[in-house]
Amino acid sequence: MADLNTNVAGIKSPNPFWLASAPPTNMGSMVERAFDAGWGGAVWKTLGEPIRNVSSRLAAIDHGGLKMLGLNNIELITDRPLEVNFKEIYECKKKYPDNALIVSLMVESKREAWHEIVKQAEDAGADGLELNFGCPHGMSERGMGSAMGQVPEYTCMVTEWVKEIATVPVIVKLTPNVTDINYPGEAAVKGGADALSLINTINSVIGVDLDTMVPHPNVNGKTAHGGYCGPAVKPIALNMVSELARNEKVGVPISGIGGISTWQDAAEFLLLGAANVQVCTAVMHYGYRIVEDLIDGLNNYLDEKGVASVSELVGRSVPRVKDWGDLDLNYDVVARIDHDKCIQCNLCHIACEDGAHQCIDLVEKEDGRVFPVVDEPECVGCNLCYLVCPAPDCIEMVRIDDGSNPQSWREIESKNNGGV
Amino acid sequence: MSSKLPKDKIEKNFSPIDPLMTKAEAKVEANRCLFCYDAPCTRACPTHIDVPSFIKKIATDNLRGSARVIFDANPIGSSCARVCPVEALCEGACVEKTLVEKPIEIGRLQRYATEHVTTSGKHIFEAGEPNGMSVAIIGSGPAGLSCATYLARLGYSVTIYEMKPLAGGLDTYGMAEYKMTQKDSLDEVALVESLGVDIVLNTWVVPGQETGDRRQEAGIGTRSASDGQNSSQNSEVRSQTSDDPQSSLLSQSSVLSPHKSVVFEDLYERSDAIFLGIGLGDTNDLNIPGEDLEGAIDALSFIEDVKTREWKRVPLGNRVAVIGAGNTAIDAVTQAKRLGAEKVMMIYRKGRENISAYDYEYELAKSDGIEFVWHASPVEIAGNGRVESLKCTRPDGSEIEIPCDMVIKAIGQKKQKKFFEMIGAERDEKGRVKVDSKMMTARDNVFAGGDCVNGGAEAVDAAQAGKLAAMGIHEKLTGETISFAGAGN
Repeated sequence: MADLNTNVAGIKSPNPFWLASAPPTNMGSMVERAFDAGWGGAVWKTLGEPIRNVSSRLAAIDHGGLKMLGLNNIELITDRPLEVNFKEIYECKKKYPDNALIVSLMVESKREAWHEIVKQAEDAGADGLELNFGCPHGMSERGMGSAMGQVPEYTCMVTEWVKEIATVPVIVKLTPNVTDINYPGEAAVKGGADALSLINTINSVIGVDLDTMVPHPNVNGKTAHGGYCGPAVKPIALNMVSELARNEKVGVPISGIGGISTWQDAAEFLLLGAANVQVCTAVMHYGYRIVEDLIDGLNNYLDEKGVASVSELVGRSVPRVKDWGDLDLNYDVVARIDHDKCIQCNLCHIACEDGAHQCIDLVEKEDGRVFPVVDEPECVGCNLCYLVCPAPDCIEMVRIDDGSNPQSWREIESKNNGGV
Repeated sequence: MSSKLPKDKIEKNFSPIDPLMTKAEAKVEANRCLFCYDAPCTRACPTHIDVPSFIKKIATDNLRGSARVIFDANPIGSSCARVCPVEALCEGACVEKTLVEKPIEIGRLQRYATEHVTTSGKHIFEAGEPNGMSVAIIGSGPAGLSCATYLARLGYSVTIYEMKPLAGGLDTYGMAEYKMTQKDSLDEVALVESLGVDIVLNTWVVPGQETGDRRQEAGIGTRSASDGQNSSQNSEVRSQTSDDPQSSLLSQSSVLSPHKSVVFEDLYERSDAIFLGIGLGDTNDLNIPGEDLEGAIDALSFIEDVKTREWKRVPLGNRVAVIGAGNTAIDAVTQAKRLGAEKVMMIYRKGRENISAYDYEYELAKSDGIEFVWHASPVEIAGNGRVESLKCTRPDGSEIEIPCDMVIKAIGQKKQKKFFEMIGAERDEKGRVKVDSKMMTARDNVFAGGDCVNGGAEAVDAAQAGKLAAMGIHEKLTGETISFAGAGN
C-alpha cells in the first residue's frame, strides 16, 4: 500500500482525489455522500451572489458509440442562498474533519466584496479557498470568471486582495481560454497564490440539432456558448499543467483538472506535475462510486512501480517535456508489423497511404494471404500505423539508430551561428 | 395427416430465428466494426457489397444511404440478409473473428438497413431514361430479379415471365419459414417492380410453336436459385438421376395451374435479348421401390406447403424420415419438427463428416431435437398403399428398417435438359448451361445465370450472376462497357 496522502500548499487530504467545483459539490448532502464514497476532498460549487440559471444547461458529444466524450454546460455558480451554503459547509467540515473542503469563490471585482466572502468562507471552516477565474460562460459577461483570468493584471490584483486577509491557503483556478497559460499562471503567483488549479472549461458550442437546426443546449430556440470539459479535453489540460509545472516562475503546487476519468488519467496528471487532481465529468456520468477504482488503481500502480507515495510520483515526467528545438533529430524509429498478430484489416496500409508517407504495402504471401509490409527505408517513424492498429502488440515502433549521435535543432542552429 | 400442435405454438416455432435488431443494438454493433480497408467481408461476399461502408452508415444514422450501398451491389440484399450462410461468407471472413472471436453481425445489420427501405416504401434507384430496347427474363428468382433491376436502371424495358402465382423464385417458395417469410420476399420483389419491371405470373415459356401436351412436356417454369447443397448432392446421386424434365413438370403441374403460355421463339423475335434464370428442376428421385406411396414426398414441395402458413393443411406424419444431409434436408427436418412431428430423423448414407449442410444448420437441427441416422442407404420405402417404413442398408451389408409414416426426399434437384436443347443453349457434362464471360449462352443474345448455370448455389451467387448478365447484355446490345457495384475487376 502506497501512501496516498497529499498536501497541497498546506491543504491535507487522505488521497489525491478531489471533486471539482461543479454540480457534484452543489450542497452538503452531496459532498457528504462523496466523502462516504471515498473522495479525499471537495471543492464546493462556486459561491457568490446567487444567480438564476436557465433550464436546459448541458449538452454532450458522443463518439463511436461512447457517450459523453465531451460535455458542455451553461450553468452558472450557486443558485442557493449564501447562508445556506455556509451552514452546510460548517456542518460538513465538522462531520468530516479529515477530508479537504475547499470553497470556490466568485464575486464582482470589488475589494470589499472579496474580503467579505473570504471571511465568510473561513468562518464556515473552509480548509482552503479556490478563486474561480475560469468560468467562460455567463459570469464572464458580468465581468467575472474568465473575464478575470484572461487579464493577468486582474488575476494578480484580485489574488492580492484575497491574500490580504485570507488565513487559509488560496488556490487560483485558471481558464484555458488564453493564448499562453504561463501569463495568468505567473500573475496569480505574483499576486500571492499558494497554489494553482487548472483547467477550467473551454469555450464551446457543442453541436446543432439537425432536425430543429437549433444548437445544443436548446434554451427556447437559442443557445449560448458554454464551457467544455470531459475526457476529450484531457490533452489540453495536460499541456497546460506541464507548461506551468516546468515554469520556474510558478513554483507552487498545481491541482490538475480536465477530463480525468480513470486512475491512469490521474497518474498522468501527477507525473506531469499536478500535486493532486480534481474530477467532475466522470462523476456526473457515473456517480461518486468511481473513486473506488481511482484509489485502487493508483495504489496498485504505485506498488508495481515501487513508488512509496503519491508525492514521490508528482512531477516525475516534467523533465521529459521539452521545447521541440531540444528534441534529438537523429533518433530514428520504424514500424515493424508482426504478421502472426495481424488480423489483415489493412487499416495501417490505408492510414499510411492516405495519411502519412506511403510506406506500408499490401503484399501477397506464398499462401495467397495479403499482409501489410513496411518499406523501412521509407518509414519516417510517425507512429500512425501503430496508433490505428486494433490488434494488440501487432505493430511495434523499433529504434534503428544507435544513439551515438544525438543532435537537436537548437544545437545545429547554435553551431551554424558560430557556437561550439 | 397434419400437425396436431395448437396454432399459436406453431406460430411461435416459426417466428423469425433472428429478430430484427433494435436501433440501440444496431448502433452498438455497427460501432464495433473496424472499417477495414479492402475488407475481407466485402471480398467474401459473392456480390461484393461494400460492407464497412454500409455498416458505418448505420453508425451515423444514414440508413437510406446504407440500404443504397447494399442494394447497389445486390438487388436482393434484403433476402440475402436473412438467408445467406454468413458464417461461411462475410462473417466468416470478418477480421473481428480473429481479434475477439465474435464477428460483426453483418447479416443482421444488413437486414436492419434494408428493412428501412423495404418497409418504408422509399425508393433508392430510379429507372433509367428509356433506351428503346427490351429484354425478356424467364424466371423471377434471385438471378432474374437482379438482372431485371440493373437493366431497368439502364433504361431497358424489362418483362419477367414467371410460371408460379407469386414472384421471387426460391426466395418466395423455398426458404425455411423461420428465416424468411413470403412477405419478406415479396416486399423485395416490389422494389424491383417499382423500377417499372413488368412481372407476368402464372405463365409458361415454351420453346417452339408446339401446342397442347408438347407444350406441357417441354415448357419451362422457374426453379431459380437453390440453397446451396444441391451441387454436391447432385453429384452423389447423378447415377440415379433420370435427367428428365417431364417428370419434374408433371409433378409440378399438380400443384400449379398456369393459365398462360408464351412461346420462346416469339419472345426471342420481339426482344433485344433474353435472360434465363430458370434454376433447376424438381427434386431427384431415389429410384427405389415405394417412391409412389402416399406419404413419400419431396422436400421442396414440403417447404413450399409450409410457406403458405396454412399449418393444418400441410401434410405431416408423426414419424418423419428425411433422406439427405444438405441444407434443404435441414430445412425439411427442422420445419417438420417445428410443425409438430413427434419424431424426425435425418437419414444419410455417409457419416456426419460428409454432410454438405453448413455446421450452423446442423447445429440448429440438433437443437431442434432431430435424430440422425448415419451410414444408412435407402433401398426401399415399404408400406401398403402408404408409407410404413424405410429400409436401408448399412455399409457392412446388413439391413435396417426404420418405422415411419412419412418420407421426405432432399437429395438435390434435377437439371433441366430439354428446354435448353430446344432453344439451342449448350450444356456442360454436368448438365449446367454453358455461358461465356459475358454470361451469354451458345444462342446469340440469350443469356443465363443462377442455378441453371452454376448447378445450384446460394441466392447471393444468383444475384451476382444476374448483375454480370445485365452488364453482358448491355455490352452486347450497345457496345458500351459498364460496371455495377461489386462486379469485380
